[in-house]
Amino acid sequence: MKALMFGWEFPPHILGGLGTASFGLTRGMVDCGDMDITFVIPKPWGDEDKSFLKIIGANCTPIAWRDHSEEYVQQRIGYCTEPKEYFHLRNHIYADFNHLGYLNDLGCIEFSGRYPENLLEEINNYSIVAGVIARSDNFDVIHSHDWLTYPAGIHAKKVTGKPLVIHVHATDFDRSRGNVNPTVFGIEKDGMYWADKIITVSEMTRQTVIDKYHIDPRKVITVHNAVEPVSPEIEAIVPIRNTKDKVVTFLGRITMQKGPEYFVEAAHRVLQRTKNVRFVMAGSGDKMNEMIRLASARGIADRFHFTGFLKGKQVYEMLKSSDVYIMPSVSEPFGISPLEAMQVGVPSIISHQSGCAEILTNVIKIDYWDIEAMADAIYSIVTYPAMYEHLKIEGKNEVDQIVWEKAGQKVIDIYKEVLGWR
Amino acid sequence: MKTICFYFQIHQPFRLKRYRFFDIGGDHYYYDDFNNEAIITRIAERSYRPALQTLSEMIENSGKKFKAAFSISGTALEQMEIHAPEVIESLKSLAKTGCIEFLAETYAHSLSSLYDDAEFERQVKLHSAKIQNLFGQTPVVFRNTELIYSDEIGEKIQKMGFKGVMIEGAKHILGWKSPNFVYNCASSPKLKILMRNYRFSDDISFRFSNQGWSGFPLTAEKYIDWIASTPENETNINLFMNFDTFGEFQTRESGIFNFLKALPRCAEERKINFRTPSEIFQSTKAVDSIHVMHNISWADEERDTSAWLGNRLQKDAADKLYSISERVRMSKDRRLMQDWNYLQSSDHFYYMSTKHSSDGAVHSHFSPYDTPFDAFTNYMNVLGDFIARVNAQFPDTIENEELNALLTTIHNQDHKIMDLEEELKKLKATKRKESKATKA
Repeated sequence: MKALMFGWEFPPHILGGLGTASFGLTRGMVDCGDMDITFVIPKPWGDEDKSFLKIIGANCTPIAWRDHSEEYVQQRIGYCTEPKEYFHLRNHIYADFNHLGYLNDLGCIEFSGRYPENLLEEINNYSIVAGVIARSDNFDVIHSHDWLTYPAGIHAKKVTGKPLVIHVHATDFDRSRGNVNPTVFGIEKDGMYWADKIITVSEMTRQTVIDKYHIDPRKVITVHNAVEPVSPEIEAIVPIRNTKDKVVTFLGRITMQKGPEYFVEAAHRVLQRTKNVRFVMAGSGDKMNEMIRLASARGIADRFHFTGFLKGKQVYEMLKSSDVYIMPSVSEPFGISPLEAMQVGVPSIISHQSGCAEILTNVIKIDYWDIEAMADAIYSIVTYPAMYEHLKIEGKNEVDQIVWEKAGQKVIDIYKEVLGWR
Repeated sequence: MKTICFYFQIHQPFRLKRYRFFDIGGDHYYYDDFNNEAIITRIAERSYRPALQTLSEMIENSGKKFKAAFSISGTALEQMEIHAPEVIESLKSLAKTGCIEFLAETYAHSLSSLYDDAEFERQVKLHSAKIQNLFGQTPVVFRNTELIYSDEIGEKIQKMGFKGVMIEGAKHILGWKSPNFVYNCASSPKLKILMRNYRFSDDISFRFSNQGWSGFPLTAEKYIDWIASTPENETNINLFMNFDTFGEFQTRESGIFNFLKALPRCAEERKINFRTPSEIFQSTKAVDSIHVMHNISWADEERDTSAWLGNRLQKDAADKLYSISERVRMSKDRRLMQDWNYLQSSDHFYYMSTKHSSDGAVHSHFSPYDTPFDAFTNYMNVLGDFIARVNAQFPDTIENEELNALLTTIHNQDHKIMDLEEELKKLKATKRKESKATKA
């Protein structure tokens, strides 16, 4: 089966969970066999893992005819695209886009591949490019990851008449705590309208799609995310422990959505009772300074630490040196990071408002606003060794069963359903 | 002639309230009064009262031929005394008919038989005294918490003077044997054993109203027919179940009460009688002995103690609890002793079970907590406060033995002082006499 996927991020250059999920899911689907995936991203770096799928860069896809030699193309974009591919795509230009003032020498549009100021313009350009790619091959199904790529998916569907599956990794209701951006909402709603099936990453998100976007429940299916097995390099990281104190870690963007202020308040509660605990808030974000002020206002700054942004290996070093991982998210469509913490044997506390709470058992679940319960859970894990041991061992066992192949198989089944193959 | 032995279990724990770690040291009241009252009154209303009423009618209509045994935990009795005294009254009047036997168990429906012999004995005595006090009977047959049993426990029970014990007819213990006989304990043969026939028992307690079951609808005639059609020589059918089966698990609408009522008549037609455990033990010889190396119970598919002590959390909590057992018994503080009893109820450990099978659903159905982790944290917080209170009584730097010696000294000091005073008086008197004598 040939699937055309539109995404925005792909490892190793990722900005959020979307890239990780895109990689895991496609890998899982290919492992299920008989899948041929073409994955479009705005701007490939050339070091992506292309062993199991084909990656097309939107910035390497011509939308206006330019005559170039193979050598020139190779020298310009050879790091991520075969010249042959470029010429093949060039044969499928469907309209004259020369009026667009920003085409480069290859007749392509430049993309930032991030989330820039002119994001809406990038989204639109991306969907123009999608028209060329959709025409270039005979795909069975089209699959769009998150709202940025819905217009591209819709375009491809209109051009080819093939079924469209959209994958909701988050909605604007999660990102904005209710203050929805009308333009974004419009794009999301349009995508859901055109989709033949909608995949959500959790039951919670599914309900948002049904309730807030008024979509027919029969059209929306939940496929929970999974997690990649820990790589040997990460396995080999030796945790650094410079203190006898227990370490409780919050790791993620310090933004409204992640509920950092509840963590500070819970820390304050715990420290009123017991002294041998330290709290770490790792990451950065627009709420960071506010959190630093809050921690000192509560008088716990001596035991509450901020690390700033962590990347790559540092994340796992931090995780492995922790006794408790906590994710008090106010609204988290799925949230892969607690699974990653559990993989390295760190007991986790997550909010009921996180999608991953639906599939995890050996974690402590609390409501994000219930700082008393949160404090109690932290106290319990750092005080009662049986609790720590149980969550550590059973949590790891549990999360090792959550593999992408299962999610991938579910997505393939959904493809078959929209294609009427079963 | 076949004999049916009914035994009903009534137990309610004192459920704990939400107890956060900041309450440790500040709040010494641990119980969820609202929830406990709501549950006991609901069950009394829906189950205990109508079921007891049915039993008394059955006894009356059958001319006292219907007999049954009850095992009621001390914590359940206490709660009924407060919130449902009418249930106690009906039990008392049933006791007067002579058709009801009360069995002994641990006061708090605890796991003490697995942990602490002295504590086990104390609780059984406490319970027997309570039964004697309320119903004027001293139990002679024992039934352990959730039918937990092993040869070791059998020996303990026998030493405490019990004639018999009720246990689960677990398949892996019986092998090819049938539960429908009287057995005795392999290690102390004087102790006789009745084994639960789980098929017939579960027909009533689990399957009665299950429409998907091939036996549905179950009528008294059909049921007695099944019992009558067991092999001729198998004489004892032992039906052990929770008393809230009647009215709570099997609702009144399912017709469970009418089913019960019809049993004595149908049984009489098929020449099957009812007897209490002690009657059976008196008149029937054991056909064979039963070896039970490892603990068995009537809970879950495994029929072992994993429902209460199956995971780390449960084991740790129980270890911690019984680690202070001796200390608590040394203290004579009444409030401490009361909490000590209540905290031992096996239910607290049952709530911490992390089983995922179909039994897991049963666990969570009864639990006041959302998750086993919640149950563990709450219990450990309470236990933390309790242990701190025990330690406040006596410094924990002193060894138990030393402490015991000191306590004995303190306890005896009044006597000692009186003795000494007496002696002093005598000496003074003799001295006076002597001095008089010398003067004279």
